[in-house]
Amino acid sequence: MGIVERLREGLQQTRQNLIGRITDAIIGRSKIDDDLMDEVEDILLQTDVGVNMVSKIIDNIRDRIDKESANAPERIVPFLKDEIRSVFMTERAPAGPLPPSSSTRPHVILMVGVNGTGKTTTIGKLAYRYKNQGNKVLLAAADTFRAAAIEQLEIWADRADVDIVSHQMGADPASVAFDSFKAARAREVDVLIIDTAGRLQTKVNLMEEVKKIKRVLTKQQEGIPQETLMVLDATTGQNGISQAKRFHEALNLTGIVLTKLDGTAKGGIVVAIKDQLNIPVTMIGIGENIEDLRDFDPEEFVDALFG
Amino acid sequence: MFQELTGKLETVFKKLRGYGKLSEKNIQDSLREVRRALLEADVHYKVARQFIARVQEKAIGQDVFKSITPGQQVIRVVYDELTALLGGTARDVHFSPVPPTLIMLVGLQGSGKTTAAGKLARYFRQKGRKALLVAADIYRPAAIDQAEILARSAGVPCFHRREGTDPVDICVEAISFGQQEGCDVILFDTAGRLHIDDEMMNELVRIKKKIVPHEILLVADGMTGQDAVNMAGQFQAHLEFDGILLTKLDGDARGGAALSMLSVTGKPIKFVSVGEKLDALERFHPDRMASRILGMGDILSLVEKAEKAIDEERAKEFEEKLRKESFTFEDFLEQLDQIKGMGSLEHILGMIPGMGGNVFKNLSVDETAFTRIEAMIRSMTREERWRPEIIDGSRRRRIAAGSGTTVQEVNRLLKQFSMMKKMVKNLSKMNMKQFGKSLFSFR
Repeated sequence: MGIVERLREGLQQTRQNLIGRITDAIIGRSKIDDDLMDEVEDILLQTDVGVNMVSKIIDNIRDRIDKESANAPERIVPFLKDEIRSVFMTERAPAGPLPPSSSTRPHVILMVGVNGTGKTTTIGKLAYRYKNQGNKVLLAAADTFRAAAIEQLEIWADRADVDIVSHQMGADPASVAFDSFKAARAREVDVLIIDTAGRLQTKVNLMEEVKKIKRVLTKQQEGIPQETLMVLDATTGQNGISQAKRFHEALNLTGIVLTKLDGTAKGGIVVAIKDQLNIPVTMIGIGENIEDLRDFDPEEFVDALFG
Repeated sequence: MFQELTGKLETVFKKLRGYGKLSEKNIQDSLREVRRALLEADVHYKVARQFIARVQEKAIGQDVFKSITPGQQVIRVVYDELTALLGGTARDVHFSPVPPTLIMLVGLQGSGKTTAAGKLARYFRQKGRKALLVAADIYRPAAIDQAEILARSAGVPCFHRREGTDPVDICVEAISFGQQEGCDVILFDTAGRLHIDDEMMNELVRIKKKIVPHEILLVADGMTGQDAVNMAGQFQAHLEFDGILLTKLDGDARGGAALSMLSVTGKPIKFVSVGEKLDALERFHPDRMASRILGMGDILSLVEKAEKAIDEERAKEFEEKLRKESFTFEDFLEQLDQIKGMGSLEHILGMIPGMGGNVFKNLSVDETAFTRIEAMIRSMTREERWRPEIIDGSRRRRIAAGSGTTVQEVNRLLKQFSMMKKMVKNLSKMNMKQFGKSLFSFR
């Protein structure tokens, strides 16, 4: 068998859903034993929830098996789903973006995240969504660092048919944010969405830069921005925790947008993020089209995690 | 890069070294922790399991138990296996004997293909080759603009077609354009795509069939989790790429995806991208990386970087000046420039043995520190730079105001500078034997 065939076959196996694999493991067993739990551990690890979270979930399930003396293997799957769902249920986050009320106009959303997660694309989709709800939307191109980032946002503004404020490449991003806020007020805009440059969470000066953007806004008006959303790529592994932690420390995030869920990655890292840092997921990105932005639904997410 | 993993492994190894005698159980316990560290670093669970099995077999099979330093022996086995897992020796890009060499970049959205293409263009230009950047991503908004801007900063031409041309045609046309221009390396920046998008994957296959590239590089995000094996496996199944270019390794990415992709596809990592600037691209050396992951540092790369950035003649001159106490702030400024030429501080520190893991785990390096020192020195008059002793209170205030710093910072700089001079003076007075003694007295 050639390498290609072998790989294809290997992929077929991984493509099989996780629930199916657990079921396979269950067949032929009359009770939940250590081997079965090891199997479940391997399967959980694949979802990127992380080794700490996996240990925690496994421990909880063991407890429950003891408590309910439920030793039938088929109980494993419902237990698993319960465990993960409960992480999101602790404090039910409002699903999706809040509709802006006229008293808090403009509703300002600051979008942050590491490089290549899909910030600009998400902003395009979000602008389209608000616009369709009958809001006046303004975009701010405060990613003045990456080559052609401004042009990219301009194209999205065009597609969503909303206005955009931009400066030259290399301009101070905080000044773009400042100007956009002034413009949003003057033009009586309902929603202002600010795009920022991708930055790795470990870069001290870049994190200071984004803190300054937020500071400049808050100085204009207390409580602005109402939302600071971190865009997270679903393919991200354990580094996602570090991203959420550092951005949260710097900016006090109000939510996470989980993108690229249309691939094979499950984005399980948000479970660990919610568990450790209590930052809710508010929206998910599921494709490249302008409509491909959905509210986050824990039920759906947990099903997809194992589906 | 890899700090977390390094830190975790250091802890395990420290324990391991502490045992005078190793039992099979000691080894198993340690390896269980190694497995955990690997999983936390996003190594695929199957790869981690195989790795541990191999180390265990070798460690227990060897005469580890009889050795005087059994812990060290086990670490050696881990190092060897890690090097093997990372691909053994550094691999080069395949160059065509008849130019131009065609290099195709593929990968998921947001993995950093276009930026990587710009960096590669600069890399090859620095090697004395003439590169051409081809913008074959016609889908993502402003991707062509981005490629153009990057090509311009890399100092290479960029080939693109504005209208809705088929990417296959763009690539074919680009080759004849490159030949006319006398380019010997052509870099094809393709659109990002999902590995399960058959239509888009098929486009890559069509490009590959038509242009027959000498090298296909998979550009992959160093922060990827367990899905890395699915992704790399699919690209491999469709395209049989030749190597991996790993991006975004300048954060605290644990890079385990690299280990997984390699082990699943058998394709070597050829380049790693370690920063936002165009020059932040390095060839990948598995042995050096293994040593870096295990907290043993990477002196070889450090020396290479230093050689590139620092002029040896000038370094000797500086040394002489320091010895004769004629070292001034002007010389200091020049030295700072050379160090800055070596890349980011954080990156450099990671290459020093023992500095990679726990030491800097919770410390973020402020890259602006150099800039502030530079600003302070630049705010000094020529006379002040030559004779810092004349800098009194009023001069300090002026320097602080001129450089946008505080008087305290100026004080600190002056103090450090005079301490440095004193230290060197003392050093040169001692002979080497005394020097050695004084070093050991610190331990």
